[in-house]
Amino acid sequence: MAVTTANVATRKVLPGGARPTRNWREIRAAYGFISLWIVGFLVFTLGPMIASLVLSFTDYNAIDSPEGVGVANYRELVADPKVAKALGNTLIYAVLYVPTAMVVALILAMVLNRVGRASGFFRTVFYLPVMTPTVAVGALFLLLLNGQEGLLNRTLRLVGITGPNWTTDTNWVKPGLVITMLWSLGGTVVIYLAALRQVPKDLYEAAEMDGANAWTKFRKVTVPMISGALFFTLIVQTIAALQMFDQAYTMFFGAQQNSTYSNEAALFYVIYLFQQAFRFLHMGYASALAWLLFLIILIITAVQVRVSRRFVYYEGEKD
Amino acid sequence: MTITRRGLLAGSVGALALGATSACGGVSGSGNDADKGDKGDTGSLSTQGFGKPDDVGQARIDAFKSAYPNVQLAINEGDFDPQQFLSAVASGNAPSLVYLNRDLVGSYAAQGAIQPLDDHLATAGIKTGDYREAAIKEVTIDGKVYGVPEFYNTRNILVNGAALQEVGLTLADVSTTDWNKLHTVATKLYKASGGGIARIGFDPKLPEFLPLWAKANGADLVNPDGAPNLDDPKIIEALTYALSLINEQGGWSKFKAFRDTWDLFGAGNQFVKNQAGAFPWEGWYVNVLVQSSPKVDLQSVPFTDKQGTPISFENGSAWCLPKGAKNPAAAINWMKVMTSTDTWLKAGAARQATVEKNNSIFTGLFTANPSADEQIKAKHVKPGQTGFHKAIENYYASTGYAFAIPGSKAGSEIKAAWQDAVNRALSGQQKPDAAMKQAQADASKAFSAAK
Repeated sequence: MAVTTANVATRKVLPGGARPTRNWREIRAAYGFISLWIVGFLVFTLGPMIASLVLSFTDYNAIDSPEGVGVANYRELVADPKVAKALGNTLIYAVLYVPTAMVVALILAMVLNRVGRASGFFRTVFYLPVMTPTVAVGALFLLLLNGQEGLLNRTLRLVGITGPNWTTDTNWVKPGLVITMLWSLGGTVVIYLAALRQVPKDLYEAAEMDGANAWTKFRKVTVPMISGALFFTLIVQTIAALQMFDQAYTMFFGAQQNSTYSNEAALFYVIYLFQQAFRFLHMGYASALAWLLFLIILIITAVQVRVSRRFVYYEGEKD
Repeated sequence: MTITRRGLLAGSVGALALGATSACGGVSGSGNDADKGDKGDTGSLSTQGFGKPDDVGQARIDAFKSAYPNVQLAINEGDFDPQQFLSAVASGNAPSLVYLNRDLVGSYAAQGAIQPLDDHLATAGIKTGDYREAAIKEVTIDGKVYGVPEFYNTRNILVNGAALQEVGLTLADVSTTDWNKLHTVATKLYKASGGGIARIGFDPKLPEFLPLWAKANGADLVNPDGAPNLDDPKIIEALTYALSLINEQGGWSKFKAFRDTWDLFGAGNQFVKNQAGAFPWEGWYVNVLVQSSPKVDLQSVPFTDKQGTPISFENGSAWCLPKGAKNPAAAINWMKVMTSTDTWLKAGAARQATVEKNNSIFTGLFTANPSADEQIKAKHVKPGQTGFHKAIENYYASTGYAFAIPGSKAGSEIKAAWQDAVNRALSGQQKPDAAMKQAQADASKAFSAAK
């Protein structure tokens, strides 16, 4: 009896005296609902990840059986100057793109937030480019960014500015790609818009009573209150930037068989990985490249999470 | 923290997605033993890389269907896609046939993705001697033939007669024999306008035509044994020269941006808009021009080396037998029918019908089968004195002396190495000398590593 009492005493008691009970029916149902995802994750993500890790220690061409080579692939990628080149290009692009994308998306979201009835229409308009196939976006921006006849430079000429050769000048290739990628910013805009709508109005009213101007309200109210969304997009955009492929490949590397012109300023890491895998059939080496990128993303994300603790405010969290 | 996990997951999935596809296992065996001794007149036959057939392609497909009515054809109409092809081979679902550029054959052969054809060709009575020697060289790796060549694209110089007249030059002035004179001609034909380019005088067509410039200077990019020869001083000199032509015409950045604005296939092409002086190009482009702008003053001359001897560079497509291909006997029958003289004659007749329907002119069919070319030319190509007629004649002549880059077990890597090097030199990232030396180092490493 004493033992039973002791056991009961250690059980968690919910407020109001109710004790939690395990509802096996609900648990089974929950697992049932997520089982498809779990199977998909195991088969299409975890399995290939493990296989890729194993293959990164082999010489494998997708045709013959893999042969173990130890850490030779990793040693090779350290010595491969193109890896350094591709990594450098990718990091520079990410540094250019991520802040630009966040600032532009935030400005657009704030404008949308002020639009009254037509807000839904404009949300759709801003989001539609996200639905455009990335290859089509790449092809379209090759025309728009053409140094001589492109729409962007023609527009700049109207205000007396001679635009650069965005697609052919090595120094302007990455900024050109940043402009291209801003086309598909709708997802981020919608996230920011949702976050802005969650900011309580009374905070702005209180700030106004304290004499805050628009800029102060933005800095002291808006930014802290949407910092969770900002942080989320920072991570997602950084990862996307580090995996840049579709548009750059379409614009600067083209179809594998017919492509002759390329620009090493647009040789991003995943493009190099793809070339190694499917142009030269170096699947083992490509797997090692994939794991290096994984580690880089892991480290960058970990740093971002660490740093964010000081800046991100989650409503409902204890101080 | 949830966000972070999502981020990491997204990162890992994306980062590993490409490498992960290699998780498919290897493939054992070559061909389907059950098919041995089969005549290849039944069963199914699938292709990859053939693209959407035009009148010429359709006529040849019809010829095969007529010869082998019991073979079920499944033609994948997309262009050759290495990812699709490799996935199919690796997963044991290889197509019966794959259609790809001949310069890719060496690398796929070295990797074991395609099979040698010698025995099959002998059994089917296909003689490699019936095909053009240069094309066969491209698909021959370590003495074994890995493909049956099909089209045969050669290069000549196409000239805008209106531009010549405008600057007071004649066709004889456009020559690659005297490189100093070509500088003058290019500069004279070149026209700038408002900080941009209004007309390119002479486009050396880099990086793709480097083999032609190298040959004109007496060097080959690839040695007969398939080894790279990219840092040959004559090649570096040729690249430096071709690059200087571009630098005198606005520099690569402007040059390429302007060239990208050309409406190559449209009625407002660079001849119509007077945007081009002269440039080397493949023969098929005459057929484009005759349809889109038959009134332009098109002229042409052969590309020559420094001694004045006409030279041309050829490439084209080939049919290959993938590893693990099902119904190889039918595949070989397909190769035979698609490239036979009789079939090409049917294709020629189909093109002639299109020409008559469009009230156009027959601009030639250029294949790796010299007998077919000769007969089609005799039957359908009408002699004439216009620039188009002369251009067609020049392209037919160039099939007789065109050279090919020899097949190499590291063909893809070598091609990537020299093209990347030229691109680096064009964009100013490296001097031609350093670029080609780096290319040679990269290509040599790949050649040594190739099995």
